[in-house]
Amino acid sequence: MSASADPSATNAVLVAPHTEIGAPVVRITALRKSFGELEVLKGIDLDVMRGEVVAVIGKSGSGKSTLLRCINGLEVFQQGSLVVDGKPLLHESALAMRELRQRVGMIFQSFNLFPHLSVGRNVMLAPRLVKKRKAEENEARARQLLERVGLAEKFDAMPDQLSGGQQQRVAIARALAMDPAVMLCDEITSALDPELVGEVLRVVESLAEEGMTLLMVTHEMGFARKVADRVIFMHQGRVHESGTPEAIFGAPQTPELKQFLSSLHD
Amino acid sequence: MVDFTLWDILRNLLLAARWTIVLSLVAFVGGGAVGLVLLVVRLGRNRIAESLIAGYVQVFQGTPLLMQLFLLYFGIALFGIDTSPWVAACLALTLYTSAYLTEIWRGCVDAVPRGQWEASASLALSFGQQLSHVVLPQALKIAVPPTVGFLVQVVKGTALASVIGFVELTKAGGMIANVTYEPLLVYGCVALIYFTICFPISLYAGVLERKLHVGQR
Ligand SMILES: Nc1ncnc2c1ncn2[C@@H]1O[C@H](COP(=O)(O)OP(=O)(O)OP(=O)(O)O)[C@@H](O)[C@H]1O
Ligand SMILES: [Mg+2]
Repeated sequence: MSASADPSATNAVLVAPHTEIGAPVVRITALRKSFGELEVLKGIDLDVMRGEVVAVIGKSGSGKSTLLRCINGLEVFQQGSLVVDGKPLLHESALAMRELRQRVGMIFQSFNLFPHLSVGRNVMLAPRLVKKRKAEENEARARQLLERVGLAEKFDAMPDQLSGGQQQRVAIARALAMDPAVMLCDEITSALDPELVGEVLRVVESLAEEGMTLLMVTHEMGFARKVADRVIFMHQGRVHESGTPEAIFGAPQTPELKQFLSSLHD
Repeated sequence: MVDFTLWDILRNLLLAARWTIVLSLVAFVGGGAVGLVLLVVRLGRNRIAESLIAGYVQVFQGTPLLMQLFLLYFGIALFGIDTSPWVAACLALTLYTSAYLTEIWRGCVDAVPRGQWEASASLALSFGQQLSHVVLPQALKIAVPPTVGFLVQVVKGTALASVIGFVELTKAGGMIANVTYEPLLVYGCVALIYFTICFPISLYAGVLERKLHVGQR
């Protein structure tokens, strides 16, 4: 319990990535991805700068999740290249994949906490196994991060004793424990009851303020508008339009984006 | 003609029952180990290995254990290797058990949600770490009832080793029934002994299941 008394605990510092300020943490070049015959990503070029918050919007089936899942190798792509924090993605090398995945945090719509482990163990598992972090240091860091997401007192709770919003915040702490250079969020509030959405979004917003690089697929347009530096509109496997939130929401250029935005108001 | 007391019958049956238990243990430990290796190889997603193991499972599930015992016993002899009924029975039961267990366990691993694999992969865990720290502990909970249920099948399956001349409980029962002319009494005792072995196993399965459900803190 000593760690939670630490005054720095409330402001757990994020570990700086290797990438310099002003350089891209994620660099995607001419990425193409098919599921069998169906081409889902048809040539994506996208750089996400260090500290940048990028929101990805678009219709269901436009390839948003697939794009995110390509970035940490959950999906294998056929063409193009992908570099994260200086590590190229090489599907053939399990070692290179694990190196890269240490640089990428992923938050899922369905939380995916490990149900057989307590909250604390959920957060400590990967740093212990992958980073070989020492037990005391690992626990102190886990407590610090749980405090950071407002769940210090849940260290010994089991995941099924938590609300959805709490589980998602544990998932965020778990991802942060690996000191990622970028966090990928795929509709992380879609499975939550409306009254729990706010607590999760506030955590994400605070990460953004502290300079975490974020790439998030979201249906929360208000949130995207408020937090994102850049908004990407995906349509049929391509980046159809991109720009500042003001430009995308205030002055959409393409008919597809206009139609998508107006469909949200129905 | 010699007179057999009930105690004589029981004592001889109990002595033979030791071999039933030993054979069951060998089959279960050996079959469990082989089954686990097959499971891990299968989960490694190597196409060729996967279809080979699927074939192995089909062969052992699709033929009677009795035939497997015969084929192994006489088959090994064909290669000029002198086998005892004991070795042949152990081998056949181990292979048979491994085929069933690997299939049962595979189903349990499949029942662990895909999100668990994805979350652990995203956290940079290796395949072995994913298995041992995330997937197998969850699969284990699901696996206990069918695994222990199958253990009971194995205990009863050892009875078939009598056909190649291995003297375990059933074989001993037959021999004693022949000399005492009391088949009903003798086979009644045999059945009672099988039940006494199997019933605690089923009970233990229930206890274990409840224990695992409490979870690890
Ligand atoms: N594993 C898969 N196998 C085959 N097709 C898939 C698979 N995953 C996704 N797809 C297809 O790829 C396309 C893009 O899916 P994706 O999940 O990336 O869309 P999305 O933009 O995230 O949609 P949503 O807003 O509904 O989450 C869809 O047509 C989908 O059916
Ligand atoms: Mg999606």
